[in-house]
Amino acid sequence: MPPSGIRKFFDLISSMEGVISLGVGEPDFVTPWHIAEAGVFGIEQGYTTYTSNYGLLELRAELARHLREGYGLEYDPATELLITVGVSEALDLALRAVVNPGEEVILPDPSYVSYIPCTILAGGNPVPVPTVEEEEFKLQAGEVERRLTEHTKAILLSYPNNPTGAVMDKTDLLEIAEVARRHDLLVISDEIYSHLVYGMEHTCFASLPGAKERTILLGGFSKSYAMTGWRVGFAAGPPELIEALMRVHQYTIMCAPIMSQMAALEALRHGEEAVRKMVEEYDHRRRIIVKGLNEIGLSCFNPKGAFYAFPSIRATGLSSDEFAERLLLEEKVAVVPGSTFGECGEGYVRCCYAVSIPEIEEALERMRRFLSRNCR
Amino acid sequence: MKEILKLLEANARITPEQIATMLGRTVAEVEQVIRKAEAERIIVKYKTIINWDKVGEEGVWAFIEVKIQPQRDRGFDEVAERIYRFPETYSVYLVSGDYDLAVLVRGRTMQEVAGFVAQKLAPMESVQGTVTHFLLKRYKVDGETLEGEEKPKRLPLSI
Repeated sequence: MPPSGIRKFFDLISSMEGVISLGVGEPDFVTPWHIAEAGVFGIEQGYTTYTSNYGLLELRAELARHLREGYGLEYDPATELLITVGVSEALDLALRAVVNPGEEVILPDPSYVSYIPCTILAGGNPVPVPTVEEEEFKLQAGEVERRLTEHTKAILLSYPNNPTGAVMDKTDLLEIAEVARRHDLLVISDEIYSHLVYGMEHTCFASLPGAKERTILLGGFSKSYAMTGWRVGFAAGPPELIEALMRVHQYTIMCAPIMSQMAALEALRHGEEAVRKMVEEYDHRRRIIVKGLNEIGLSCFNPKGAFYAFPSIRATGLSSDEFAERLLLEEKVAVVPGSTFGECGEGYVRCCYAVSIPEIEEALERMRRFLSRNCR
Repeated sequence: MKEILKLLEANARITPEQIATMLGRTVAEVEQVIRKAEAERIIVKYKTIINWDKVGEEGVWAFIEVKIQPQRDRGFDEVAERIYRFPETYSVYLVSGDYDLAVLVRGRTMQEVAGFVAQKLAPMESVQGTVTHFLLKRYKVDGETLEGEEKPKRLPLSI
């Protein structure tokens, strides 16, 4: 298990002053007050206990309503939904529950840093599938199919994607669904950024025809509702799979914190307006950073989801690691090297735009100075 | 138009160039909308929220409930106008409930505000009564907390 690729940068930043960090992976909003207040109220009222292993039934019922109204998906709150400690736990549970030793999990490269280690911890073999800027970093069905073996167990999808900001629309996803159906594969779809899409609707993979019975849908509250610290996520899927996830969950975690679940319940009930405002704000920043990066000479494809821009740094001739380190030391702007997210991330850096507009503009100005010195 | 106005309402100093980028429009388009809104007094004025306490500026604010005898045909508007023409008034609202006008008054001293109420406001023919509340502390003004926005305490780097 390799150490986290960003520890070096973390230590560097901590020793510096005046750094503008585009290296974050969480919202720069505090949790909307009505949601936080519901958690506080829960504590005041003595909700300080365990809940059902599956999570508060009320929360699961509200989540079921949400998935029904959002995507036309019917999940039974009693048997098909599991509340977890963030989507991270849900991901770990899903991999541990379904992957047998030696089985293979297909996943996009680049993608979130946990996928490969969690697959390995579950005894599986990760099979990264290159995704490229020319294809807007979408997972190509043909590329997936070429890598299938008799050991392939599941396809791990992650759209909207961290770190690229790529999304896959319904047409794109239908092709993956067809591959999964033809080869009888499970699909684990991490849709933690589902609310953060711009100028389009998010398509939930499980809502595609015939997809639900072979899909474990993963989601959570961290990114959409600015609730990263509350640690609440969920898994949704066929009852026998959710039962399997729940068994691992009950012996390791028991349940997600009750006060966080109460806050999550409030988020689902009344959080829509707050999410709409945050998404609008991210969209403004997205346009500023993408335009700015392209203008200073870092070509950047137009990301339609999450809160990341993923510009190419090839014009500098530097590796993504060198670029990030020198940019930090010379101009005090932190970005995450693309190579952190897989081999195909090399040549790119991840710039998070969950940062105020003046900071984005200042960061762009510093990067412009850096490039004027370092472009070949 | 509404999107542009919302951005300007949140930040009067935002430039047409910034607005254009943020909304994916052209600068000319944005400038045209702003000019039109200014001409039609949809945009009334560009002002700044200042925390005068920090400058050590002495001053008092009073929130005054005003009960009014409405006038035939004119309702409350005429009296309201007579009141809001005084430069001492900061804002004037017609409200439902126990009283009719909510008037925010700003003065240099308590005496000045009291004098305004006693000599100008209360003696008006249509004014049946006033209740004056001096403000002790301003926490949030025009949607902005004076202490500053709460920012999450994030790690400088996370995946």
